[in-house]
Amino acid sequence: MNVNEIVLDILNGITETDFSKDMDEDIFTSGLVDSMATVELLLELQEKFGIDVPISEFNRDDWNTANKIIQRVESLQ
Amino acid sequence: MINIQPYESPEYFVLILGLLLPIIIGLFYGKRLVNYETLFSLVFLVLTFGGDKWQQGVALIGYVLFELLVIFSYSKYRSKQNQTSVFVVAVLLAIAPLVVVKLTPLFSTNSSIIGFLGISYLTFKTVQMVMEMRDGAIKEFEPVLFVRFLLFFPTISSGPIDRFRRFKKDYQTAPDREKYLCMIDKAVKYLFLGFLYKFILGYFFGKILLPIVSHAALAHKMAFFHTGLSWPLVEYMYTYSMYLFFDFAGYSLFAIAISYLMGIESPMNFNQPFKSHNVKDFWNRWHMSLSFWFRDYVFMRFTFFLMKHKLIKNKLRISQVAYLANFLIMGFWHGVTWYYVLYGAFHAVAIIINDYWLRFKKTHNVPHNRWTEGLAIFTTFNVVCFSFLIFSGFLNTLWFK
Repeated sequence: MNVNEIVLDILNGITETDFSKDMDEDIFTSGLVDSMATVELLLELQEKFGIDVPISEFNRDDWNTANKIIQRVESLQ
Repeated sequence: MINIQPYESPEYFVLILGLLLPIIIGLFYGKRLVNYETLFSLVFLVLTFGGDKWQQGVALIGYVLFELLVIFSYSKYRSKQNQTSVFVVAVLLAIAPLVVVKLTPLFSTNSSIIGFLGISYLTFKTVQMVMEMRDGAIKEFEPVLFVRFLLFFPTISSGPIDRFRRFKKDYQTAPDREKYLCMIDKAVKYLFLGFLYKFILGYFFGKILLPIVSHAALAHKMAFFHTGLSWPLVEYMYTYSMYLFFDFAGYSLFAIAISYLMGIESPMNFNQPFKSHNVKDFWNRWHMSLSFWFRDYVFMRFTFFLMKHKLIKNKLRISQVAYLANFLIMGFWHGVTWYYVLYGAFHAVAIIINDYWLRFKKTHNVPHNRWTEGLAIFTTFNVVCFSFLIFSGFLNTLWFK
């Protein structure tokens, strides 16, 4: 699986929503991802990609769509 | 010596806008007049914490020196090591003065001598520094910038609570002219909206209506089997809620407007909270700089800790425990009285029920139209107003005094 698929998989697991159709949908304003889900996301990214994103560095505006998350993961890897 | 409380009187606004002029002209030409700004800030700090409030001034100086020492020591330590226990000690030290101030009323009729107006807001800023140093997001100790951030006087007494790295970015540059003109534009709008909120609507609800309904509610002390539940009490609930919003939102608008004029984009504090569709939505709209602080520094860190160490398996349970911790701490922060703590617990329970409902909605086909939306707003509004009745402490007067 590539980064794309793994991220979508993680998001799907957390929100039970398929984001592959709209990769630019805002995951926060749609209410699908709340603070709790954000923490799950951070832990999953840590586990699957070994990237460490401290909560302080988690700026919602940089992580608010599936596309942006994939971008961030790729740049942090 | 004179003493002027922030944003309370017309004189304060005349004085502040007058003395701000050089800063505004400087920023208009793309220059931050750092020396003048320092002098200007000192004048206002002396006006707020001087005169008959000089003891608070001394307490403030002591507080700043103490927190400087805590931050300095922790940053020194953190540059070499990163033990959890030391981090915990640093956080406890950072909140220690506030804890003492909040606990003093339990043991003494006098307020604590180390207390001063705004201590809780400064504590939020300091704790935030420790946490971000722990995360490695803040690496160096910049004492001058830290003191400027801490003592940024437009927001010193009651927020909005800014973030250090955001403040630093604004502070180290001057906005370009186009942006600054836009900020002045907003500042003027916020000032006038603030006048309307605080001095007209807040005054009407708080100073004119509230004493009347309060008197009526107290006259019904024995109503409904001695519980004091009466129509005037319901009127008190709504009146107090309106007063609380307009007074605090008005104050926040002033603080933000003055920040903008100084070229600092302090965060917004309110976003039409009474339009919230549910309690969760409400906390994204009410006293936002506080609720986001709690979200980022309490709720998320606590859930992260619980999940990482797998202390609780069930995700739903984790969020519920975290909500309880989050809102109870917020309750205690307001003050160690039964009604503030109950206010926190009430919101924790409300948001937990809210989460059950959101989960139910996800899996069931619940109708959605403008009527159900209206019902959602109406329900949320009443839940929130009821929580403000608890928060007001009026029930304490009604039942126990």
